[in-house]
Amino acid sequence: MKEILWLGRGGQGAFTAAKLLGAAYAAKGEVAYSLAFPSFGPERRGAPVRAFTKLDSKPILDRSETVLADYIVILDETLYAPSLQDGLKQGGKIIVNTKKEGPDWTAFDGDAIAKELRLPVVNTVMLGALSGVSDVVGIKDLEAAIDAHLAPRIREKNRLAIARAIEEVRR
Amino acid sequence: MKQYLSGDEAFAAGIRLARPEVISAYPITPQTIVVERLSDMVEDGSLDAEFIHVESEHSALSCAIGASAAGVRTFTATSSQGLLYMAEGLVYASGGRFPIVMMNANRSTALPWNIYGDQRDSLALLDTGWIQAYAQDAQEALDLALMSYYIAEKEDVSTPFMVNLDGFILTHTYEEVDVPEQADADAFLPRYETENCFDLEHPKNMAFSAGPDTNYIFKYKEHAALLRAVPAIYEAEARFAKIFGRRYTGLIETYRTEDADQILITLGTIAGLSREIADELRAQGKKVGVVRIRYMRPFPTQEIADAVKGAKAVAVLEKDISFGAAGTVFTNVTSALQAAGIGIPAYNFIGGLGGRNISHKDIEQIFALTERGTERVTFIGLEGER
Repeated sequence: MKEILWLGRGGQGAFTAAKLLGAAYAAKGEVAYSLAFPSFGPERRGAPVRAFTKLDSKPILDRSETVLADYIVILDETLYAPSLQDGLKQGGKIIVNTKKEGPDWTAFDGDAIAKELRLPVVNTVMLGALSGVSDVVGIKDLEAAIDAHLAPRIREKNRLAIARAIEEVRR
Repeated sequence: MKQYLSGDEAFAAGIRLARPEVISAYPITPQTIVVERLSDMVEDGSLDAEFIHVESEHSALSCAIGASAAGVRTFTATSSQGLLYMAEGLVYASGGRFPIVMMNANRSTALPWNIYGDQRDSLALLDTGWIQAYAQDAQEALDLALMSYYIAEKEDVSTPFMVNLDGFILTHTYEEVDVPEQADADAFLPRYETENCFDLEHPKNMAFSAGPDTNYIFKYKEHAALLRAVPAIYEAEARFAKIFGRRYTGLIETYRTEDADQILITLGTIAGLSREIADELRAQGKKVGVVRIRYMRPFPTQEIADAVKGAKAVAVLEKDISFGAAGTVFTNVTSALQAAGIGIPAYNFIGGLGGRNISHKDIEQIFALTERGTERVTFIGLEGER
C-alpha cells in the first residue's frame, strides 16, 4: 500500500488534492483501490489541516489515519517540521512547496506555477509535482479525475497545472 | 456506474434511487452531507420528492411519521444528540408500524461534548423497535439504502429501519462506489403500497390508544414482525444479488471462523482492520477469526452461536458502554451464547469512544488477551489512566 499525507491550511484545497489522487488511482481499473479522507473535525480557514490518500492493489480495510507515509506533500512551507521525518517510511519523501532547497525535503516551487497560471491555490500544482516525483499515478488519470470532480470552468487551468508541474519536475 | 463518493454521498445516491416522496431532516455533523445532497437533488429535479426543512430532529421524525401515515415512502437522517432527541418519535414510528428509513451517522453522545464517531447513540436505542443495520463501507451503505426499504416495507414486517454509518470514518471517507442504474433499482424495489394509511374512501382509526386489555397484543405483534425481518433480509439479499451481482451474508459476516480458537466479534468499519489483523496472526500460526455483526435488530442469536461454537474464547469489541454493566453488544452476544449452551469465556473490549483511534496494536492485544484470559470488561488503551 502507498500512503500519502497532505499538509495544508484550511482553504488551500489539500483535501481536494487527496481526493483527486484517490479518484484518479481508483479509476485505473479492477485492481486499483483507494481511500481519501480529511483529518476529521471542525474546519477553519487558515488553520493547519491534514488529508490522507491510501492506494493499494486490494481493497483497503484499515481506515485509520496514516502513521508512516510514503510521501508527505506540504502545500504551505511554514507547516514543515523536522519531526515529520519520523512519519516517513524507509525511502519515503517529503515534497514541499518552497523555493528553499534543503537536505531533508524535495523543494518544488508550486507558487511560481500557480502564479503563472493565475490559480488562487496550489493544490493541483502540488498534485502534479507528486505525480512527477513518484509515478503513483499518471497524467491521463489525473486529468480524468479533474474532469470528473472539478467544476467545468476551472478544469482547463487545473489540467494545465498538473502538466506544468510534471514538466517542471522532469526538467 | 463507478463514482468516487464519501459514505454520506453514497447513501444519498442510494436514497435517490429508492425514490422517497417525502424527506424531512435537520442537519447535524457528521450526517449533514447526506441531507445537503438530497436537498440538492430535489432542487435540481433529479429527485421528485418533497423536502421538508424542519426546525429540529423531533420534528424531522414526527414529519416522517405523518408522511408515512399518508401512505408514502419517507426518509430522514440524523446523528448522536439528534437521534436522542428523536427518541420519543422512534417508538411512535415502530408502534405505528411505519416503514420509515433513517440513516444515522454514529457519533458520540454528550457530555463531554464530542462530534466524533462511536456507537453509543444507536445502541442506546436498541429497544425502540427499529431494525438496526451497521455498514462497513460506502458500497454497503448505498446498497443498504435500497435494501432497507424492501425489508421495512414487506407487509408482514412493516417496521422502521435505521442504517448506521460510523461517523467520519465512513461518512466522510471517499472511495469508489458502484452506483446502480435507476432502471435496475426500480426492478429491485417495488412501489410502496400500504393499507396502513389515511384513506378517505376507507376511513379507519390510526395511532390510537390501547389499554391493558389489548396493549400487550400490539407489543407481541411488533416483536413477531421484527423477527419476520430475518427471512425478509435474506430474501432482499438474494434478490439484490440477482439484479446487481453483489452478495451480502445476512445478519452476520464471518471471516476465517471455521477452525478458529479465538473469535473477535465486532460491528461497523473496525471489522475491516480486524480481518487484516486476523490474516497477520494466521500467518504466525494463530487460529483466529472475525464475526462482523451486520444487524443488531433483529439480533443474530443463532447465527453467532453457530459461528463461534467450535472456538475456545470470544472477544466482543464495541464503541459503546452501558455504564454499570458492560457493552450492549457484549450483553447481547453472551445472551446468544447462553441460549445455545456455549460455555466458553467471553471478554468485552470497549474502544473507539469519542472517535479515539483503534490501532493495529490494540486489536493484536485483544486477540492476545482473549487467548490468555482477562477481565470481563476492558477499556482498551487505558493504561495509567485508572
